[in-house]
Amino acid sequence: MSGNINWFKYSSPQTFFPLAGRLASWFGTLAAIACAAGLYLGFFVAPTDAQQGEAYRIIFIHVPAAWMSMFLYLVMAFWAGLGLAFNTRLSGMMASAIAPTGALFTFLALWTGSLWGKPTWGTWWVWDARLTSELILLFLYFGFMALQAAIDDPRRADKAGAVLALVGVVNIPIIYFSVKWWNTLHQGASVSLTKAPTMAATMLTGMAVMAFGFWFYSIAAALMRARCIMLERERASDWAADYARGSA
Amino acid sequence: MLAAFRCVIHRDLLLAARRSSDVLTVLLFFVIVVSLFPLGVGPDPALLRTIAPGVIWVAALLASMLALQRMFASDHADGTLEQMLLGATPLGMTVAAKVFAHWVISGLPLVLISPVLALQFDFPQEFLGVLALSLALGTPVLSLIGAIGAALTLGLRGGGALLSLLVLPLYVPVLIIGAGAAEAAVSGLGGKAQLLLLGALLAFAGAFAPWAAAAALRISSE
Repeated sequence: MSGNINWFKYSSPQTFFPLAGRLASWFGTLAAIACAAGLYLGFFVAPTDAQQGEAYRIIFIHVPAAWMSMFLYLVMAFWAGLGLAFNTRLSGMMASAIAPTGALFTFLALWTGSLWGKPTWGTWWVWDARLTSELILLFLYFGFMALQAAIDDPRRADKAGAVLALVGVVNIPIIYFSVKWWNTLHQGASVSLTKAPTMAATMLTGMAVMAFGFWFYSIAAALMRARCIMLERERASDWAADYARGSA
Repeated sequence: MLAAFRCVIHRDLLLAARRSSDVLTVLLFFVIVVSLFPLGVGPDPALLRTIAPGVIWVAALLASMLALQRMFASDHADGTLEQMLLGATPLGMTVAAKVFAHWVISGLPLVLISPVLALQFDFPQEFLGVLALSLALGTPVLSLIGAIGAALTLGLRGGGALLSLLVLPLYVPVLIIGAGAAEAAVSGLGGKAQLLLLGALLAFAGAFAPWAAAAALRISSE
């Protein structure tokens, strides 16, 4: 390759559509393998925790889901900002394709967290800084999706969503620190995850493998969703019509 | 540029003065919401004293959100907004002026009446000033953040409910720090740290929010 790569080749839906299909199936396979391996490590290999018993095993889903929920918001805002700055069609499509997966992981993190909290803390919910900011993150995802759903013109929806996603990204650290501070002011440190005893190596491996599994799943799901969005928006074009005829 | 700034403020205030019932509706909403809480949680003075700052702040949040829809709607309907978009004045400047006028109409009355409502909750008199000051610093931030949401949802169906979904999560830091100021003052810690943080939020939002709202307005009126 002569150092003269055309970076913009895949910024057009027509060329990106087949690539996204190939990538989605690759990452989907990788996700299945990594999740199976991670769950096996988590449920059969990792030792039982001395303090929390078997209940702790939900962290193999909970922690990677929480990581992905925050990471995906950043990725979404990145694509949204790119779309706003360079006026590229595909970036906006990627941002709207990522949002539902991000919301899914946020919800999963909250749900598994409360399932873990009941046997461990004795309550489904505490107004802990992490829980509260995760809940607000879920509201931010919902706001992004609701705004895009309310606008009929897809280009306006992309741009309006982009402004909201960028405002949200600026706000997330402010929200996190204000909630953290509010929490310590009100009730003192109740339960601290950061001061937990150091984890066994197998637990950490299982969690890392699951994180990769979720990551690959997010890529695959976002690309599949982006393919649907591309087809829907480009339905007037020749390549989309050809594809629809070919697969029908 | 400053002349245009003053002109927009003057115009918006004049319009509000001609239709003063709009201003009063928001104020009455604020008063009624605050008065509902003792009816809901019971008249125990100790409990009311503890929840007073939080209740007043949440009600201020809701009242400020209720008024948001009107910030650009009438200008959008009669075409004034398009002239502002085309005008020589930087749009961020015009938006800043409109946000300021909107705060004077919908935020300032809440600040002024809050000590009276706090007295209803048997809130200690020596800390009324901290509460009012926290509202005086915080409500402009609400108007600034809300302007972005109002601009994004301009002319959309289901605007009101959508606007609350967009804006309320972004209000969280202001609520926490604002309500925290009066609580910290009552508990003897002094609310200075919170008031300084609110001032920082105001400076930050004042510098950036008008431009974000201007970008949103351009998107909405393409």
